[in-house]
Amino acid sequence: MNAIRRRLGHLTPLIGVIGLLIVWQIAVWFEVVDPVLLPSPADTFIAVWNGMTGGRLWIDFLRTVERTSLSIAYAAAIAIPLGTLLGSSTAVYRSVEFVVDFFRSTPASALFPLFLVIFGVGDNTKIMVAAFGASLVILFNVAYGVMNARKTRLLAAKVMGASKMRVLTDVMLFESMPQTFIGLRNGVSLALVIVIVAEMFIGSVDGLGYSVLDSQMLFEMPDMYAAIFVAGALGYGFNLLFLVIEKRFVHWSGH
Amino acid sequence: MTVEKAATAAAANMAPLPSAAPAAPDARPHITVRGLSKRFGATVVYDKFDLDIPRGRFVSVFGPNGCGKSTLINIIAGLLPADEGEILFDGKTLRQTNFGYVFQNYREALFPWLRSIDNIRYPLKFFNLSKAEQRNRVDRLVEHLGVKIDLNRYPYQLSGGQQQLISIMRSLVIEPEVLFLDEPFSALDYEMTLFMRDQLQAVFLETGTTMVFVSHDLEEAIYLADDVLLLSRGPARIADYVTVRNPRPRTAETLSDSDFVQVKAHCLDVFQRLVRGS
Ligand SMILES: Nc1ncnc2c1ncn2[C@@H]1O[C@H](COP(=O)(O)OP(=O)(O)OP(=O)(O)O)[C@@H](O)[C@H]1O
Ligand SMILES: [Mg+2]
Repeated sequence: MNAIRRRLGHLTPLIGVIGLLIVWQIAVWFEVVDPVLLPSPADTFIAVWNGMTGGRLWIDFLRTVERTSLSIAYAAAIAIPLGTLLGSSTAVYRSVEFVVDFFRSTPASALFPLFLVIFGVGDNTKIMVAAFGASLVILFNVAYGVMNARKTRLLAAKVMGASKMRVLTDVMLFESMPQTFIGLRNGVSLALVIVIVAEMFIGSVDGLGYSVLDSQMLFEMPDMYAAIFVAGALGYGFNLLFLVIEKRFVHWSGH
Repeated sequence: MTVEKAATAAAANMAPLPSAAPAAPDARPHITVRGLSKRFGATVVYDKFDLDIPRGRFVSVFGPNGCGKSTLINIIAGLLPADEGEILFDGKTLRQTNFGYVFQNYREALFPWLRSIDNIRYPLKFFNLSKAEQRNRVDRLVEHLGVKIDLNRYPYQLSGGQQQLISIMRSLVIEPEVLFLDEPFSALDYEMTLFMRDQLQAVFLETGTTMVFVSHDLEEAIYLADDVLLLSRGPARIADYVTVRNPRPRTAETLSDSDFVQVKAHCLDVFQRLVRGS
């Protein structure tokens, strides 16, 4: 009995999915929404399938993956060392905290015009705005992770003869790792949002954002829904990827 | 045997009694503290405090809560700055001295991202040793102590006592002249504590390292000590400096030995007078 319940437990998340599909199908049957605006789940699935196996959607998907990955890579490369450095001194972090918080609160979309002037109409602008937004999120988390590093551990390293720099690389970097991964997960979600928006409006010829908007303008509703679902799956996938890396890499957290 | 007071040479509040010092083969002071002052805000913890710790002896520090035991060894070990005063190790400064420090909280003192063996090896990075030499040193230490822990495990996969043992090994691998321990067993259960006391005693007998050991358990402090340093409160003074002459290795029988019981009764008496705050 319990075994069955446990096995069924893995399936619990599917209930919501099935429920959604049923409601959707019913809405289509009863034409709750204009059929032109709401294709059936089956039509949408076929659009996803065709698009992803040799269709346009696969290429758009790859372009979005590429832009988001690049932006998160740039963001991490800058924000992790910088956050560690800033966080290692509470006084230093306090002095830049307002600036970080201010730009963290500024909608990244408001920065597009500025970045357009600097980087021109191309991939660079999209990647850089996304990297900028993500880097602040990562920076903030890394700095807090470092500031909350276990004091005993820092003292232990110091008492063994570690220099300030060694304490930073040997202890603080690791101590902040769990918080860093929170930053990375939030950062990649934000980067994806920014990249998709940029693909819609900033001189794009490809990407999932472009695909959503283009299908909508051509009134290819199944294609539009397909692009939305793939974008959702991508966001979910990125999050899952970082969770898996975190589990393997930050094996000590929670002990 | 009666309780002997081997007053340290320059204890501020006591007349120097050099002749009463134990006739150990190497009894010249290893650590000298002169004119130490330390305050936290309005709390004066030390005021012109002097202390000598002889080389190669096991010194237990005991005293009322908050009297400044941790502060003392933290200042000597360079974890806390002194307001005033000088601390020398056989005439050398701390930087020129090889020393180890064992924290009470082993969970927060070990590096959980490193395997136990790499935790032990870590301090060797700051010495000019090849990888092979580093490995050799760890192997030698493990063999020396007869440790039977799977060192490829991460610290969090070990029991509390095993973790503290790793922590002690990490401080021993550099072959320190002095080892500081601040209540190292107080987070362990009783069985593990008994085991660890004997492990530490074995380490002391094997290495002859000068030990400065803070404990809040009087019996433990005396059991392990050559000398018990009894501190008074606010600002801290040397209330008494008691030599324990029971032969080593000490065992469970030692605890009921009449000399031991006498020393313990004496220390307890001093302590109670301190706490009653006369
Ligand atoms: N960082 C600090 N800030 C303010 N006061 C402190 C600080 N560290 C210690 N003190 C005070 O200094 C005194 C000595 O503290 P210390 O920790 O050395 O005592 P202790 O003898 O080790 O006590 P315990 O038996 O509780 O371990 C205490 O009154 C304590 O409140
Ligand atoms: Mg203490």
